[in-house]
Parts: sequence; structure tokens; C-alpha cells
Amino acid sequence: MTRVEYPARRIPCLAETLTAAALIAAPFVLPYLGAAPNTVNRILVWGLFGIGFDILFGYTGLLSFGQSALYGTGGMVAAYLLTRAGFPHVITALVIGTVAAAAVGYLVGLVALRRTGIYFAMITVAIAEVFYFVEFNPLSEWTGGENGLPGVPTPILDLGFTAFKFTTGWSLYPFLAFCFFLGLVVALRIVRSPVGVIFRAIRENPLRAAAVGHNIHGYKLMAFVIAAAYAGLAGGLLGVMQAFMPPDAFTFDTSGQLVMQTVIGGRGTLVGPLVGAAVWLFLEDFLQGTLKLGASWKLVLGVVFVLLVCFLRQGIVGGIRDVIGRFVGARRAHFAEAAAPVPHVPHVPVVPAHRHATRGFDGPILRATGLTKRYGGVVANEGIDFSVAAGEIRGIIGPNGAGKSTFFKMLTCEVAPTAGRIVFEGRDITGLGVTEVCQLGLTKSYQVNQLFNRLTVRENVLISALATLRGKFRLDMLASLARVPGLEQQVQHTLELVGLAGRGEVPVADLAYGEKRRLEIGLALASAPSLLLLDEPLAGMSPAERGETVKLLRSIAHGRTLIIIDHDMDALFEIVQRVTVLQEGRVLVEGAPAEIRRNAKVQEAYLGGVGGELAA
Amino acid sequence: MITWSNFVSQLFNGLALGALLALISSGLTIIYGTLGVLNLAHGAMFMLGGYAGYAAFQATGSFVAAVATGAASLLLVGVGVERVLVRHFYHRPHEDQLLVTFGLSICIVEAIRFFFGSESRTVPAPAALSGITSLGFAMYPTYRIVLMGIVAAALGALFIVLYRTRLGMIVRAGIEDAVMVDSLGINVYRVFMVVFGIGAMAAGFAGIVNAPVVSLTPEVGESILVQTFVVVVIGGVGSFPGAILGGLIAGEIISLTSMVNPGYAYVMLFAAMTLVLMVRPHGLLVQPGRE
Repeated sequence: MTRVEYPARRIPCLAETLTAAALIAAPFVLPYLGAAPNTVNRILVWGLFGIGFDILFGYTGLLSFGQSALYGTGGMVAAYLLTRAGFPHVITALVIGTVAAAAVGYLVGLVALRRTGIYFAMITVAIAEVFYFVEFNPLSEWTGGENGLPGVPTPILDLGFTAFKFTTGWSLYPFLAFCFFLGLVVALRIVRSPVGVIFRAIRENPLRAAAVGHNIHGYKLMAFVIAAAYAGLAGGLLGVMQAFMPPDAFTFDTSGQLVMQTVIGGRGTLVGPLVGAAVWLFLEDFLQGTLKLGASWKLVLGVVFVLLVCFLRQGIVGGIRDVIGRFVGARRAHFAEAAAPVPHVPHVPVVPAHRHATRGFDGPILRATGLTKRYGGVVANEGIDFSVAAGEIRGIIGPNGAGKSTFFKMLTCEVAPTAGRIVFEGRDITGLGVTEVCQLGLTKSYQVNQLFNRLTVRENVLISALATLRGKFRLDMLASLARVPGLEQQVQHTLELVGLAGRGEVPVADLAYGEKRRLEIGLALASAPSLLLLDEPLAGMSPAERGETVKLLRSIAHGRTLIIIDHDMDALFEIVQRVTVLQEGRVLVEGAPAEIRRNAKVQEAYLGGVGGELAA
Repeated sequence: MITWSNFVSQLFNGLALGALLALISSGLTIIYGTLGVLNLAHGAMFMLGGYAGYAAFQATGSFVAAVATGAASLLLVGVGVERVLVRHFYHRPHEDQLLVTFGLSICIVEAIRFFFGSESRTVPAPAALSGITSLGFAMYPTYRIVLMGIVAAALGALFIVLYRTRLGMIVRAGIEDAVMVDSLGINVYRVFMVVFGIGAMAAGFAGIVNAPVVSLTPEVGESILVQTFVVVVIGGVGSFPGAILGGLIAGEIISLTSMVNPGYAYVMLFAAMTLVLMVRPHGLLVQPGRE
């Protein structure tokens, strides 16, 4: 059995060490390159601000155009404490500012995350605008309105025997560099933690991330609060750095600059925003100072930005990483080819069924009564009574449009039924969400693949396994993946079961169709369900792949209940014990495969009254 | 001191602003509804329409020519932007669409700053419309009354295009299901190009007719864009009636709150948006499950 390998961990602490070295070397090297210390300090503050934003945008996929609100809030709270309130201790004030920004971020997130995608972007813009106006007007007594808050002191680190006083320029640099480094180390831990993997799952496919049992709303809110905390700290440092908290921290331009710097430097890289800030400030200096372009330097920047979005999606750092990856990847791909995508399902012990399955419940594992779904005037399902015994393998067939997929969606609580009740393992699950139901041990593999496309095969399975092992929501954002008990075994088991053990490090996008289909089943399996629904697992497969998949279905049936929809009746009737036939949203007939083959009503439904043995 | 006539004239201001927001938002919303792209450069296009009209006014001295130029040039800009830039982003994630249109807005704003500078410019209303009219209960600037009529007419024209023409039928069908329209043998890309042009034209037209009321600066589109977002969130994305209702609501909220304390205008606007998000997350005039 191969060891579970986490790509970012191949050389321990490589990113941390390189960053530390670069930060220590900077004050010795950069002056010779003509960099002013204040510029370097500004880059660090923007870079820190950007780390949090990158977790939100680059990792979780939530593009906010309203980070200025949190940057300004953190900065204003810290600056207010240090100036008007006469609070003496700079570092404590920065911490309070950070906490305040995180708290505000939590409230803002509650509103903004009610919707996703473009709505989220629009709402964050609107919220930031509110903060801007509130800061300037109703709260101007506290924030100084358009004058800002001047006279923010610089930190003194009193160690008892000696005290470090940080002032401006290179003297302040070590303090800012330390804050940045701390921020980066924490962020690296976050993105390598189970939470970090789930963040990326949400970016790639939020619907599936929820369907495998993660409370994605909770995780999105968490990403938002993390980004808010970083923004708050960076805002506080801005005040300290300039000895003045400027009100224009709240402007839309601030949010826009952050977005652009992150994209220029490279999203999803953590250091990208720092690089982006360096590019931005360098270009500003160079175009304005050296080329004497004046205010139109921003036009050049805008054009560069548009070109970058068009042609270099991953930004500078991402581009460099891609080039390095291509060299390393060329070698690794060689091994991957050797592992051969021949779909052979080996005999391996089955992933143990869900923990809830063992709790002495007898009676049908699933019972639906009077299940009805109407879309306006269209009736998809009407009064379906359906019951499956524990350990059974049930097939569902029916002509296209019979309402099979809608029926599945209701059973997994993806859509709420118009009427009727669903009882799973003796518990009424009607009205629960898909996440809760998956946590209870009922999940589905999709008719159309729902995978995490830019992640590797192993990461895909990992995401699903994490939901079972950690529950739907946990705050272990600083824990290591390797510390989740049983994770490695479960991932490895699942990979071997679906015949993808040799393909663990391959990105999903590079898989063959049959492999993707098996991974789709693997995602459902990795959450160790006691009841697994499979929506057309054989569709679109070659005869050889079908044979292997039938074997796979047989092997996973041990110790769990399966309900399978498929049109391939020969294969299906071979596996299942009973068959339910749906027609026009109702149960037409139910019985053993042999009975169904002979049933006149079924033959009529499929063949329009022509007699004879039913064949696929 | 809030007097009756003060209140009525603020109500009128709200109506004027609301109609304007409705026009701009309907441009944004039909683009999103049909193409699936949220155009972050929409505010910049509003501003660009104003400047294009300003340039025409400087050259000809005719307000009508200014309005015609503002609208026509934005139609061309919209078509060009769709053809050259936006078209390549239909199959990329929403974030990339947002980023590229955001970048475009920076380019437009900075280009205008390059050619016209940062100081504000005004396009005066035609002499015949520049006085003050008595409405019986209050005195009100004539041009603003006319403006309401112009904007209402533009909305009416947009309504006719959307609901009474073949193109409109295709656009509305595209909002429901663009893939289906495509498979019916209609060249959706050409429709997309036209829709983007019309959407941009709505913004540009609004930009120039509003220029006599609010003077032009390169940043004038920024706050309009934010207000437009609120309108669209309130009314529901992709809904033309929603944009009109949302526009009127937002216009009145801004206007009436400003009468009491302008600092709270955005707070109230935001409160209204939050309320809508809580009660009807898909917007007032959109049925859930249609996105």
C-alpha cells in the first residue's frame, strides 16, 4: 500500500523557509536595487492583506469586491484606540482591530453569503460602499471623517531587559516582515488543513461539496472571517506604517487594487498578492517617475491586467509554478502512464458501511410514502410508495421522463417533495438538507459526473472521506491532514476499490471517461454510506468498462444497501434482487427481475404493446 | 425642516433617479440574463456615454446630437467589446468574467481621464428646457421633468424591443434557457452581440441624458454601478420588470433618506437590499429556481 502523499508537503516547510530567507535578505539586497524602505513596507502590508483575500478568492472561489470595508474597520479600530482613546499598547490595539474586523466580517458574511456567484460580488460591493459612507458621515466623530486619524504611534516591543522600538522605514521593516511571515505561516497551515481542502472543494464544485456532507455555508463564512481578520490586521498596520489612518482605506479603489494585485501575482498561491503588490508599486514608480506618464500609468496597468486575465489566468506566481510543474510533471506523467488506465477492479476489502448502519435497527432501511413532486403544473412524481430492506440491491427502471432522477433527488433531499414523507433507518428525513442526509449515511452518485475537476483523484476522494470522518463542520483549520484518524486508510481503500489506486496524483481533468465514472462512484463510496443510490452508473461505458463496473457494484454491495437506476437492463437485472418500474411519475409495478421481464404492463410501457420477452 | 413641498420635490427627485437607475439596471440585467455575464464595466459605460455626448456637444452645440452620439457610440462600443473581449469568456468561470469586465472598466475610466482630465465637465440642458416649472404644489426644474419623460420613453422603447419583437422574444427565451435557443438553430452569438450592444446603449443613453443634472467626472459611473447592483439584487437578476421596480424603490430610498440625512442614504439602501435577501433571496420579481 502506498503512502498518502500531500503535494504541498513533499519538502517540509519549503515555502516557510524560502519566505523567511527572502524577508531576512530583503533589507540587505533591496536598497541596492533602488527600493525605498517605505515602498517595501507598503508591499508587505498589501501582501498580508492579500493572503487573507487569497484564501477567500483563490482557494474558496469567492470573489469579493468589498474587502476595503474590513481593511478600514480593522485600521480604524486600532487607530482610534491608539489616538483618541489614548490606549498605549500598539500590538494589543492591532490585535483588537483584527478581532473587530473578524467580528464585522462574520456579520457581513452572514448577509453576503446568502447568495453565491455574481450576487456575492454585487453584495460585497454594495456593503463596502455602505461602510465608506458610514465612515465619512455618521461615524466621522470617531473616524475623523475625511481627515482620518493622524498620530498613530509605532510599536515598542518591551522584553523587560531590552526594548525594541520600531519607527519608520527600515526600522519598522522587521515588525511588518514578522507580521507578514506569521500571517503566511498561519495561512499555509490553513490551506494544508482539512478545512483548506474543503475550501478548494467549494471552489471547484460547491454542490458536490455539500452533497458529500460538508456544511459549505459554514466553511464559506469561515473563509470570509479569515479574510476579514487578515484585512483587519493589515488595516491596523497601514495606520502604524503611515502614522496616520487614511479614510480612503474604505474606498472601492482599495478593494479593486487588492483584487488586481492578487490576480496579477497569482491567485491560490498565498504569496501571489505580495508579488502583485510589488509589481503594482514598481509599475507605479517606473511609469510615473521614469517614463513620466503621470496619471495615465493606471491605464497601462488596466491594459496589462486585462491581458493577464485573458492569457495568463494563474498570474505571475501561478505561471512560474506551471512552468516548473511541467518539467516535474513530465517525469511524473511517465509513471502515471505506466499505471495504465485499464479498468481492472481488484478484490479488496470493502470500505466499512456507515457507523449509523450498525445501530440495531430492523425494518426497511428506507421507506417513502406518498412521495409527490410537482413543478408548477408538471407532475414529476405522484404518490410514490417505496420501501427497501436493509442489504437489498434494488433496481429502478422506467422510460425516459418517468421521473427516476427526480425521485432520487427527493430521496437524497436535494429537492424537497411537494408532498409525502421519507423515512431513513427509522428516522424522518423529509425536509432535511442533502448535507445532513449524507452525514446520516445516505448518498448518491450522479448521472452527470460531479467531480472536483482541478484537483487530483486522491484529493477528490479525500474530500468525501473527510466529511464522514470529521462531520459536516469543524473548526480544525490549523490541524494537519495527516492527523485525521483513519483518513489515509479510507482514501486508499476507496481508490483501490474503484480501481484508481495508481492514478491518485492525476488531475481529474486528465482522466478517461470511464475512470471519471468510477471516481464518481468512489466519491459516493468514500463517505461510507449505508444506503447508496446510483444514478445510471453504466451510462456511456464501453462493454468492457460495463463488465468491470458491474463487478464493482457487486463488491460494494456487501454490508450496504444499493438502489440503482439504469437503462442497461441486462446488466441491471443480473445484479439486483428486486426491480421497481416507474412510469409517468408513478410506480407501475414492482417485483423480482424475472417477474418484471414477463410483466405485460412493463412490456407495454417500453414496447408499446408489442408482445415478447423484454430485452434491452 | 421638512416641508410638504420639500417632500414632494424629493419624491420627484426619487422618481427621476429611480427611472434613471431602472434604465441602467435593465441594461445590466438583460446582459446578465442573456449572456450570463455580469458586466462590471457597466458604470464605466454610463460615464463613457456622458463623455461621448459631451464631445459631440462641444463639436456641434446641439443637445440632440449629444444624446444621439452618446447612445450610438455606446451601442458600437458594446458590440465591439462583446466581439473582442467578452465572447472569449462565456465558457470561463464567473470570476474571470467579473475580472475582465472590471479590468475593462479601469481601462475606460483611465482612458477618459487621459483624454479629458479629472476635472468635471457639464453639458447644459437645451435652453428651452433649462427653466423652472411650477407643478402647482412645488417649483421644479423643467429639465428634470423632461428627463423623466425621456427615460420613461427609453424604457418603453426597451420594453417594445424586448416584448414585441422577434429579437426580444429570442432574448427572453435566451434568459430562460440559452442552450435551448442555440439548439433551435438561432445564432445565439449574434444575439449576444446585439444584446450587449443594447445593454451598453441603455447605460450610455442614461449617461448623456443625466449629464445636465450631475456633472461628468471619470468616476461618475462608480457609484451608479453600486446603486445598479442594489437595484438588480432587489428586483431580481435577469428580470426587466424587476429592474424597473428595483430602480424606483432604490431611487425613492436614496432621495427620501437624503432629505433627512444624506449620510444614511446608502445605509437605508443597503437595509432594503438585506431585507429583500432575507425574505426573497432571488429578488422581488424572480421566481426561485430559474437561474
